[in-house]
Amino acid sequence: MRRRSLSMLLFLCLSLSAAFGQSGAELRFYLHSDPKTFDPLLVADDASETIRYLTGGVLVRVNRRTQQAEPELATSWTISRDGRSITFDLREHIYYSDGTPFTAEDVAATIERLMDPALHLPTADSFRSGSGVVHTHVDSPVRITITFPAPVAGMDKLFDQVAIVSSRSANKERAVLGPFYVADYKPDSYVLLKRNPNYWRRDAAGRQLPYLDAVRLGIQANRDIEMMNFRRGEIDLINWLDSEYYDRLAAQSPALAHDAGPGLDSEQVWFNQVANAPIPAYKRAWFRSTTFRGAVSEAINRADLGRVVYRGHAQPAAGPVSPANKFWFNAKLHAPSYDPTGALRLLQQDGFRLEGASLRDREGHAVEFSIITNAGNKARERMATMIQQDLGKIGITVHVVTLDFASLIERITESYNYEGALLGTANTDLDPNAQMNLWLSSAENHQWNPRQKVPETAWEAEIDRLMKEQASSLELAKRKACFDRVQEIVVEQQPFIYLVNKNALSAVATWVDNASPVVLRPQTYWNIQTLNVRVQTASKH
Amino acid sequence: MRRVRQSAWLLLALVALGSLGARLWAPADYATQFREAPNSAPSYQHLLGTDELGRDRFSRVLYGTRISLLMAPAAALLSTLLATLVGGIAGYLGGWWERTAMAATDLFLSMPWLFLLLAVRAMLPLNVSPITSIAVTFLLLGLLGWAASARVLCAGARGLRDSDFVLQGRASGLRGFRLLAIHVMPNLKPVLLAQFWISIPVFIISEANLGILGLGVSEPLPSWGSLLRELESFTSFGFEAWKLVPLALLVLVVSSFQIILSVDEVHA
Repeated sequence: MRRRSLSMLLFLCLSLSAAFGQSGAELRFYLHSDPKTFDPLLVADDASETIRYLTGGVLVRVNRRTQQAEPELATSWTISRDGRSITFDLREHIYYSDGTPFTAEDVAATIERLMDPALHLPTADSFRSGSGVVHTHVDSPVRITITFPAPVAGMDKLFDQVAIVSSRSANKERAVLGPFYVADYKPDSYVLLKRNPNYWRRDAAGRQLPYLDAVRLGIQANRDIEMMNFRRGEIDLINWLDSEYYDRLAAQSPALAHDAGPGLDSEQVWFNQVANAPIPAYKRAWFRSTTFRGAVSEAINRADLGRVVYRGHAQPAAGPVSPANKFWFNAKLHAPSYDPTGALRLLQQDGFRLEGASLRDREGHAVEFSIITNAGNKARERMATMIQQDLGKIGITVHVVTLDFASLIERITESYNYEGALLGTANTDLDPNAQMNLWLSSAENHQWNPRQKVPETAWEAEIDRLMKEQASSLELAKRKACFDRVQEIVVEQQPFIYLVNKNALSAVATWVDNASPVVLRPQTYWNIQTLNVRVQTASKH
Repeated sequence: MRRVRQSAWLLLALVALGSLGARLWAPADYATQFREAPNSAPSYQHLLGTDELGRDRFSRVLYGTRISLLMAPAAALLSTLLATLVGGIAGYLGGWWERTAMAATDLFLSMPWLFLLLAVRAMLPLNVSPITSIAVTFLLLGLLGWAASARVLCAGARGLRDSDFVLQGRASGLRGFRLLAIHVMPNLKPVLLAQFWISIPVFIISEANLGILGLGVSEPLPSWGSLLRELESFTSFGFEAWKLVPLALLVLVVSSFQIILSVDEVHA
């Protein structure tokens, strides 16, 4: 009798817990601005990208933990030998949230709209490897071949960003294939996502996913209020924390704070090497000297930057790629060691000399320059101040100038009226192809000397060659070798002096089940299908 | 009221003395980074703890106070001079001069001064020392902050222009700037002083606003604005009272200026 009662109780508990996940469980967190669009193909901002991730159905999903492409709406895919075509086999009996069936026609319509040159869709940039038209061929309702005008390296992973839009639904933005659909939106207040009743994925026990019934995305730009509300239990997670908040949260409630290790983002300093920039010629000569840049790099104490500015939640950067990028990181590279004496030795080789506490070049000019960074970014301001002190030790005077972001961008991209800059790179894509607009000497984001008609240095020409070679090659090993060499050249030449790779810090409430933060975006809700909220009543952390 | 006023004077004198003698009392240079002890709590070595870069907060408060207390009166002097030139002379001359000057003043007052400051600051050369950046910041504040005082001074000068003793001065043969210097300006002195005195806390707070936005005095020099930036994340975490010292000092100093002024006005 007693055993039977226990079995009954266990059954009841299991039934309740199974039912609970789909009976009003709501995950709450903040977007930091209103989404600019709900059209997944027009996404260009973080908030819209979050909505796309939570609502969009994609053919291939990059697993944020393994960093490998995994089947999603496509069960398998084949890339042609010439690297121009990809054929997807699609899942059968899949329906949009509004009940319309999903077929290869939807994929064709989505790709055609995505690649329409008249629309200039940002998501399409990664696919544009050459000029010409993209062709789609629907082989059957569950098989489609997409042919690009030129080979697209790492093509399959690029489809992670392409949410397939219904070609037949009346309200295309509401008809989604992802785990949630947009149920309500109140500008400046919230976006409410509700569970897609037709979502195709099931868990190992055969239960339909997602476990959550809804996701409520409040709109809140103020990080301080976000943290306060998290601690009050009014939101369940914070996808990105700065190190100060992280440390304080970890001190008070260690179970809530998550450090997933070095992320993809980097912080770097660079000098203006633009030929016609309005800076004195002798300064341009310093900035164009590899020895000078190398010496500055050696004189910066990166370990201190990580320890003091990021409270130990950042690692000295070895080069342009973070170790978080498991495949593309060149493991032979190591962060330069802090060596002010070595830096002075290098500078002396280049004709610089110390006169008292001031470093002078061979013409007698005191070595003095400004570093601009964006006002309001405390971490960058602090790093600049620490670099100011580090370089002061080898006789270099640095003026730290904080500018509002618009002025800063204008100086960096239009007038080139600056000497040094400290900014960061937010990397969302693992593949080096996403960085073509940074490394090619003709690119606009080749920040130290953009829009070059022909490469002005031999090493930039070599980077151009290697980047183009890796972009046109289909052999992963060859691509990796090319990009490894690019990283080595960048570390040798120091056009960007990489400082640190910030850790991916986040906060997740203890009542959120299955949370497992990772370094890739979206760090905390990458596995949204399996997240669950155990206790709905708010309690203070 | 007298005691309150005396207390305000005493506080200002103490703060001024403490900050002017910063070199004597400060246990460390304001820029020295004790990188092994960032964000430390108050201790014997660091009376108010250290900031996020390990700099001694007490020393930074002393030096920051000195900067704000020296530069704000300088900016106030500049803006009062400009206000006298525009408002005082326009009020004295009257007619077309007054209408034009007041139109210009209204235009200036209607401008979003914060954005104007940001725009002007963004156009300045980058390679300036921190000392120059202070001078530039307060110079901008002084150059842009004259309009409100100009209206008051214009009204004051207008009243004096039509007064009996100025009329008598004219009848005695005094003209133009001689009349202005002998009869008008001395009688405008209380208004000028009041405007100067009012402007000091205004500029202190303006610099603090810019500093909180990260657009005030350049690193590593401290000012009240840059010191107050530490409080940005204060609401969400535990109470660290020592971080409130710059704020308390700002409130006390600004209040003291106001108390002294209001008592002066009462006596006037």
